[in-house]
Amino acid sequence: MAAVTQVKGQRRVGMTGDEAVAYAVKQADVDVIAAYPITPQTIIVERLAEYVNNGELNAAFIPVESEHSALSTCVGASLAGARVFTATASQGLALMYEILWIASSMRTTIVMALANRALSAPINIHCSHDDAYAARDTGWIQFFAENVQEAYDLTIQAFRVAEDKRVLLPTIINLDGFILSHSLEGLYVLSDDEVRKFLPPKEPVNPIDVEKPMTYGPLALYDYYYEFKRAQAEAMKTSYPVILEVFKEYEKVSGRKYAPVKAYGMEDAEVAMVILGSSAGTARYVARRMRERGEKVGVLSLTLYRPFPEKEIVKYLKNVKAAVIMDRSYSFGSPGAQLFMDIAAALYNEGERPLLINAIYGLGGRDLTPEQVEAAFRAAFEAAKTGVVKEREIWLGVR
Amino acid sequence: MVGQVKSIKEIPREELFAPGHRLCAGCGIPPLVRIVLKAVPGPKVVVTATGCLEVATTIFPYTSWRVPWVHNAFENAAATASGIEAAFRILEKKRGVKRPKVIVFGGDGGTFDIGLQALSGALERGHDMIYICYDNEAYMNTGIQRSGATPRGAATTTSPAGRVIPGKMERKKDLLGIAIAHGVRYAATLNPAFPVDMYNKIAKAAAVEGPTVLHYLCPCPTGWRFDPSRTIEVARLAVMTRMWPLYEYEDGKYRITVMVRKPRPIEDYLKLQGRFRHLLQPENKWVLDQLKKDVEEFWERLVKLSSGSE
Repeated sequence: MAAVTQVKGQRRVGMTGDEAVAYAVKQADVDVIAAYPITPQTIIVERLAEYVNNGELNAAFIPVESEHSALSTCVGASLAGARVFTATASQGLALMYEILWIASSMRTTIVMALANRALSAPINIHCSHDDAYAARDTGWIQFFAENVQEAYDLTIQAFRVAEDKRVLLPTIINLDGFILSHSLEGLYVLSDDEVRKFLPPKEPVNPIDVEKPMTYGPLALYDYYYEFKRAQAEAMKTSYPVILEVFKEYEKVSGRKYAPVKAYGMEDAEVAMVILGSSAGTARYVARRMRERGEKVGVLSLTLYRPFPEKEIVKYLKNVKAAVIMDRSYSFGSPGAQLFMDIAAALYNEGERPLLINAIYGLGGRDLTPEQVEAAFRAAFEAAKTGVVKEREIWLGVR
Repeated sequence: MVGQVKSIKEIPREELFAPGHRLCAGCGIPPLVRIVLKAVPGPKVVVTATGCLEVATTIFPYTSWRVPWVHNAFENAAATASGIEAAFRILEKKRGVKRPKVIVFGGDGGTFDIGLQALSGALERGHDMIYICYDNEAYMNTGIQRSGATPRGAATTTSPAGRVIPGKMERKKDLLGIAIAHGVRYAATLNPAFPVDMYNKIAKAAAVEGPTVLHYLCPCPTGWRFDPSRTIEVARLAVMTRMWPLYEYEDGKYRITVMVRKPRPIEDYLKLQGRFRHLLQPENKWVLDQLKKDVEEFWERLVKLSSGSE
């Protein structure tokens, strides 16, 4: 999975997730980087600052005084026609929140790496998906990396998607804090020339131009606001086939195949697990062992989170008897955590649909063990057997 | 000196700020914007914080702006401008794109209060921009709430002239003092009753490479409660009573640009405005006295800083 396939001539290097993202951003030849340090993202911007200061990357590195200003600065730079990158996590994303909406509504093409980290309080620097989920309604395209190779590959592809004239939407690459951001892995990297060919310089649409003055970010009330939002909704929908196109083209260059949803064992699965990020590997490891014992389990992991690959998910899930939806976050007072609600909504109108269980796991960086994954599968089997979901919400490994 | 004029007749006639906007009658903003767009030569981009200027000039699908204009949010005009400036600087190097001058307009709320951090960051990083605060001394766009720029004693909807607390009890923040402490090369106050002084200061700021800060007294008939026909008269009285000293700071030197040797009584300025009317009641004399002390202290400090120069 995440097919780490070598293509002739590709260099194999050892990098952490953060370093791999920074390397991809350098190869993308960005024009402007504005960011504020926050663990576990910091290494990304440290590396980028080194690239700029050593003359390896010809870009403006703007060390702003807050994440709010980081994203605000990126909005200005993107409107001016620059290829723009930022990175953050957790509290930083929360501080950016207001501008997340503006960045997408003004159709900027900012690419952001989000080293997923739990939201305070208590303060914690390790992985939860709170930050990714907090951005889910804001109009950003979101990818989830499962390993360092994907973090690298998705960063390069994100610029292509965001800047595509049919899309023009900012894009987030999620990588699990510490688990990916700080783990050293081997990965294959493209040459600078290959990246440049795949990702030529940005051709901005309606950039700020003194010869052609335009008003960006006006006031629009009940007579126009509604249509702005509808156009934005269309752009997000349009991005889906564009993402498929970009995946295909990237495969030609890299030999690595990407899809919105990765399926394992789904061809004959009776119960399934749906999961995001680095834990997908653990889920598949457990599924493989269970399948060796003749238990028909499958795993779906999402590389694309927004736009939500609804049809793909329905295609895989509608024939299983029960599915356990794994959330590394919690939505207080909601009828299930965030991924659970997405999937429940996607399946609702299907005649054939599985029973759903929501498993909360790994909050604040707690390890997800194979035993916990197996327990979650067992709960799904129980529901499949009895036709009843005894507990819709289970918390794996909580004391 | 670049682009300096001696009389209003020398100010260029070209208007880059179109009529038809929805600012109030007598609003102090249009004279500022018109003169700024005349005094800053060459290609320019305007960034505006959320506020009166933004909402009244860009009601979609209309715009008053004949230059590229960007609005992002309330507190981040200086950060947005930083991104535009940095982007054009690098695109000029990489792709030969022509780099415009970046002009920022923020109200006192967007500058003194919610936008102060972003402004501080932009000034410290040294982006090439003219930051102009149009100071109408309260949150006028949301309906006249007090800000860090509201003068002591003024009544606003969140500092009403009550029986126990008669208006705002705190003194006005020294914006230019804060800007100058960042090491900006040029900073100045502006006033619409002194258009030549204003034009020349803007032209000086435009000639500086790096951040400059201009602070404009922006009379607001709606929020200050005076007759819209008296905007310029009110503005002039602010200078003549020393409530609004006109001065500039240039490469380490202060200079009072309109010397007021014999100030008019502050009451002359206050009595024209509903927001100050209660200060003229005998029971509120203690507040008026404090306000007078604020004004006197600031003027004396300025005189000392500028060594009495004219």
